[in-house]
Amino acid sequence: MEFDQLYQEIILEHYKRPHGRGLREPFGGEAHHVNPTCGDEVTVRVSVDGQKLGDVSYEGMGCSISQASASVLHDLLTDRPVGEAFQVHDAFVALMHGRGQVEPDEELLGDGVAFSGVARYPARVKCALLPWMAFKDAAVRAGVTVGPEVKA
Amino acid sequence: MTSLATPSTFDIARVRADFPILGRQVNGHPLVYLDSANTSQKPTQVLDVMRAHHERHNGNVSRSVHTLGTEATEAYEAARAKVAAFVNAPSPDEVVFVKNSTEAINLVAYAFSNASATPGSDPRLRLGPGDEVVISEMEHHSNIVPWQLLCERTGATLRWFGVTDEGRLDESELESLVNERTKLVSIVHMSNILGTVNDPARIVARAHQVGALVLLDCSQSVPHLPVDVRALGVDFIAFTGHKMLGPTGIGVLWGRGELLDAMPPVLGGGSMIETVTMEKSTFAPPPARFEAGTPPIVEAVGLGAAVDYLRAIGMEAVRAHEREITAYALDALLSVPTLRIFGPETPVGRGGTISFGLEGIHPHDVGQVLDDEGVEVRVGHHCARPVCVRYGVPATTRASFYVYTTTEEVDALVRGLERVRKVFG
Repeated sequence: MEFDQLYQEIILEHYKRPHGRGLREPFGGEAHHVNPTCGDEVTVRVSVDGQKLGDVSYEGMGCSISQASASVLHDLLTDRPVGEAFQVHDAFVALMHGRGQVEPDEELLGDGVAFSGVARYPARVKCALLPWMAFKDAAVRAGVTVGPEVKA
Repeated sequence: MTSLATPSTFDIARVRADFPILGRQVNGHPLVYLDSANTSQKPTQVLDVMRAHHERHNGNVSRSVHTLGTEATEAYEAARAKVAAFVNAPSPDEVVFVKNSTEAINLVAYAFSNASATPGSDPRLRLGPGDEVVISEMEHHSNIVPWQLLCERTGATLRWFGVTDEGRLDESELESLVNERTKLVSIVHMSNILGTVNDPARIVARAHQVGALVLLDCSQSVPHLPVDVRALGVDFIAFTGHKMLGPTGIGVLWGRGELLDAMPPVLGGGSMIETVTMEKSTFAPPPARFEAGTPPIVEAVGLGAAVDYLRAIGMEAVRAHEREITAYALDALLSVPTLRIFGPETPVGRGGTISFGLEGIHPHDVGQVLDDEGVEVRVGHHCARPVCVRYGVPATTRASFYVYTTTEEVDALVRGLERVRKVFG
């Protein structure tokens, strides 16, 4: 197996030195997600300013994949226009469900492309998606509606 | 069966030769299978018996007059007798075949439930508000959730023994915890996460003194050490075939004959009846009363073959081998910097299942790196989340041994852990 592709340096970097960790105020919506098979958890808060996201903050406990993914999520989505944020979200989800067959768009996903190796390990896909699923719920609770130009 | 090692001449190489899977590679390395507490591997002797049964003796059981049906019934009932003898049950009729330990425990829980709703049923099986069921903090979810649900259905109260810092069952509150309100105590014989082997003697004595029944979850003990239901003095035990060299899909509820007799049915259907009219049915005596529908026949036959295999080695020899491996592994693991063991750190009163953590490194990451080295361990909460909560960790890494485990495999684990520390350190 392409072990080094699973644990790319970028992932280990985000895990060891996470960006934007910690739950911050103010926020419009919050969601707490748990992976029942391993007990990993993450809480994501989303603040919204009109059609633009503000701070996307998080706190969590879990493996390198889930925690690095939360760090990347924070980098990619903070202060992003809502439409773009959901484009990134959908691209990341598609990459994770791609079983290693999806070519990631580096411009859109930034450090998120480092997770393309994770898609080859079905047992770990849920780890990578945990913060992104929490983000989606938190965004809904913050009243974010996805524009018609973005596929849900 | 071919000549197998006797206790005095236990030959690990010959045992391993019986397990074809141990010869395979994983991720370019020889397989190091350290997840037998999860499910064990199966020897050729078990696989051959199951194949031969399907190829030569397949028919439905307990209902056919033809030759194949008769042969299948004989094979199925012979397996029951082997299992009964293996745990020193007074009669094969006390062995109920089920799907797994979970189903065995649920069967008892639903028998209590049904008895509680039936006027005139045995008072020992009736539960209501004010009655108590006692479990422990070191249980597998399968010995927690059925009792939570039973208590919700009946209004009874669930209570539990705690666990000490060393991973032992805390019996200091025994007298107050098990009292005249207690109807059932259900605890684990060997913890699937801590490896602790409990001696249930004091609990059984106290429970019987106050008129409560005792169920012992033997899922992790029957495969690894001699278990004698008469010596234990308990009322029920549950265990599963796939952790003791047998196939999945077959488990066992053993219950004292007169208790099984008193229990109402749980699943209704074919094979469990005495006579049926359109208005009403009467039921077969145990074990048939609790085996509605076509049972897992070849799986039972496979379990019988697994029992034959273990008896040929001898359960004392199995226990001795695992004690040796466990002592070796405890020493080796404790030499790994930042490693913490959850559960007893000495090979006394424990079996060959060791949970541990590496400071600051999540078990999922540990398990992933080990898998890349061909070392298969389990990571997570091991369906015993309260134990993880008790020790303040979300999950652990668990290595578990069996009759085919070698010290070289323990060495491979320790080498793998060094690599884990390099990647994440």
